Amino acid sequence: MTDLTTFRNEARAWLEENCPASMRTPMTEADRPWGGRNFKPSHPDVKVWMDRMVAKGWTVPTWPKEYGGAGLSSDESRVLQQEMARINARPPVVSFGIWMFGPVLMEYGNEEQKRRFLPQIARGEIRWCQGYSEPGAGSDLAGLQTKCEDKGDHYLINGQKVWTSYADKADWIFCLVRTDTSKKQGGISFVVFDMQTAGVEARPIKLISGSSPFCETFFTDVKVPKDQLIGQVNGGWEIAKRLLQYERQNISSGGFGGGTEVEDFALRYVGLKDGKLADADFRTRLTIHKMEAHAFDLTVRRSQAEAKGGKDVGPTTSIIKYAVAKMNQERRELGIEAMGMAGLGWDGPGFEQDALDETRQWLRAKGNSIEGGTSEINLNVLSKRVLNLPE
Amino acid sequence: MAVLTEEQTMLRDAARSWSQESSPVTAFRKLRDEKVPGGFKRETWKEIADMGWAGIVVPEAFGGVGMGYQTLGLVLEETGRTLTASALISTALCAASALVLGGTEQQKQTWLTKIASGDAIGSLAINESHHHDPHTVQLEAKRDGEGWRLNGRKRFVLDGGMADFFIVSAKTASGITLFLVMANSAGVGKQVLSMADSRGMADISFDNVKVAAADVVGHIDKGLAVLDATLDRASAGIAAEMLGTATQAFEITLDYLKVRTQFGRLIGTFQALQHRAGKMFVDLELSRSCVEAALSAIDENAPNASALASLAKARMSDTIHLVTNEMVQMHGGIGMTDVHDAGLYIKRARMAEATFGGAGFHRDRYAKAMGY
Repeated sequence: MTDLTTFRNEARAWLEENCPASMRTPMTEADRPWGGRNFKPSHPDVKVWMDRMVAKGWTVPTWPKEYGGAGLSSDESRVLQQEMARINARPPVVSFGIWMFGPVLMEYGNEEQKRRFLPQIARGEIRWCQGYSEPGAGSDLAGLQTKCEDKGDHYLINGQKVWTSYADKADWIFCLVRTDTSKKQGGISFVVFDMQTAGVEARPIKLISGSSPFCETFFTDVKVPKDQLIGQVNGGWEIAKRLLQYERQNISSGGFGGGTEVEDFALRYVGLKDGKLADADFRTRLTIHKMEAHAFDLTVRRSQAEAKGGKDVGPTTSIIKYAVAKMNQERRELGIEAMGMAGLGWDGPGFEQDALDETRQWLRAKGNSIEGGTSEINLNVLSKRVLNLPE
Repeated sequence: MAVLTEEQTMLRDAARSWSQESSPVTAFRKLRDEKVPGGFKRETWKEIADMGWAGIVVPEAFGGVGMGYQTLGLVLEETGRTLTASALISTALCAASALVLGGTEQQKQTWLTKIASGDAIGSLAINESHHHDPHTVQLEAKRDGEGWRLNGRKRFVLDGGMADFFIVSAKTASGITLFLVMANSAGVGKQVLSMADSRGMADISFDNVKVAAADVVGHIDKGLAVLDATLDRASAGIAAEMLGTATQAFEITLDYLKVRTQFGRLIGTFQALQHRAGKMFVDLELSRSCVEAALSAIDENAPNASALASLAKARMSDTIHLVTNEMVQMHGGIGMTDVHDAGLYIKRARMAEATFGGAGFHRDRYAKAMGY
């Protein structure tokens, strides 16, 4: 306990000294420190903050030091998170490398691959994207067809991915490919390659929210060196599923938060009468939602405590992913409803900036129950793997 | 499930095996069919007390175990699974809490000791309407020499027919005051009520009932402080019992989906039912987190304990409502028959929902605490 207190005091002092004041303010979408070769920080301090945290190993605090981390225990890492939250410090790097690829590489990669890729991820030097879904393989992910042929000294990849988040901005991709057409799950491999390789093309897709975070990604005779296959040939499905757990976990712990809290919109745009929100029907639905959100937070905390207690919480990720999607969609619906017409502005003058953001978030949230496994798929996983209902 | 201490795990396991072996649903059904007055037998209560469960929140100095609400919740969850009829809610949870929080040394010495040993059943007599509304009090206490005289009526008092004493809320000169009133005092009248779920309940009338000055619980005119804190414990505690009841109802239903065949296949293979089962499970897991958090917050005297108690009671009410409705629906016709347990669960569910305030009451309370 004393050790943890010492660590807390040291972390607090270091953060006070090293986290620039501008990095203790709320972060907009444009401020996100994705890193990568073409990283353009929204403010010089973003880079200063990133570099200082990288030097500490605190962008990936629990990773071993030889891979760019700080080798912290999970308790120390939690304390660090608390101390960062205390001063509202922004994350120094946000990346799919840290959330998803790094953890599975740690588990399934060989030593050479780990030494090659993990430190780059820790330093925010390479921005990764995720090549999973295809036009014919969404919920039925294992039906993917992107072809990967063994050409002796290299692999040759042909096919198409879709919903590839930020493929147009990413430096490298971790990608599911078909190495055997005779087996479904058992014919999938997990490869990684540079997005600058000849034959790779990413085209952004414009969404109903007006933004284009996703791409269609095309591979035409893309040559991939053989040492860039992770795990075993045809052994990619296990890695793919594990990575999805990290993806769902991350979606769950980070949530789809951000922006003005829905009750703040309600207080500003509906207002109080006799100490209660003036719209009784809205107040009831808001309260149900806020209690659901509270219950969800308590469940994430319980799941973390149980994981520490040694319980297998793998099944919990499906519950959490299902719940967080539903919750965020309800939150955004209530957000725009609270504002009436003012919640439906598209851009330009006449609207508060956070109201305009909320309109976009409302539409963006419709994807929450689709991406990373649809809510229906999560309920399937739950009913079969947790409740053991028959096939 | 929260991470438990070794002592808590032992108690939970003991509660589980006793409930399953000595107090299964068939035992509750028998009490109902035999119309046992009050809904349970005094010797059963004594048996429960002998295992220490009547005094879980009673300090050791007064013969209790002094282990707190998280622990009491573990027992309530297990007894809730089998619809065990006992005075755990009225006495071990509510009356004990009121006395721990507001009782004088003398009251604790006399009554907490008897609660822990199973020799006294006590209950909160606080509501005057068919809706839970503890802040609206018409029953009056007027000074009479050194003591008081009580006049008025309390409704839907849990285990009211069997109780040896009541904790009564009364209107006094400038506020609400709590009194400890013996059930056999002159002027106390009882109307025993027959409820759908067979839980013991009675209306209690107070006709010029004489109460001594020493029988005030907490401070004169300031009884709401103790009452509200007691009701936080009551709400979180009954939510734990509801968690057990709902979990068992869900598991019975899930088992049925795995054995019932229609169209030549198990009905559990139908996605329409699988998804509904999945949603119920998510709901149960979220509600479990709330119940455990509320009980721990009470044990830790956390400032948000009151909001968490309302969160637990409101969510658990919604969850048990859904699960028991689905229990009947997914069983089809058999779920409508008295011979099946689904009816016992749905009746208990509605009763527990209405006790100490339903989802609407607690949502309003939570919203007020949050400033909207």
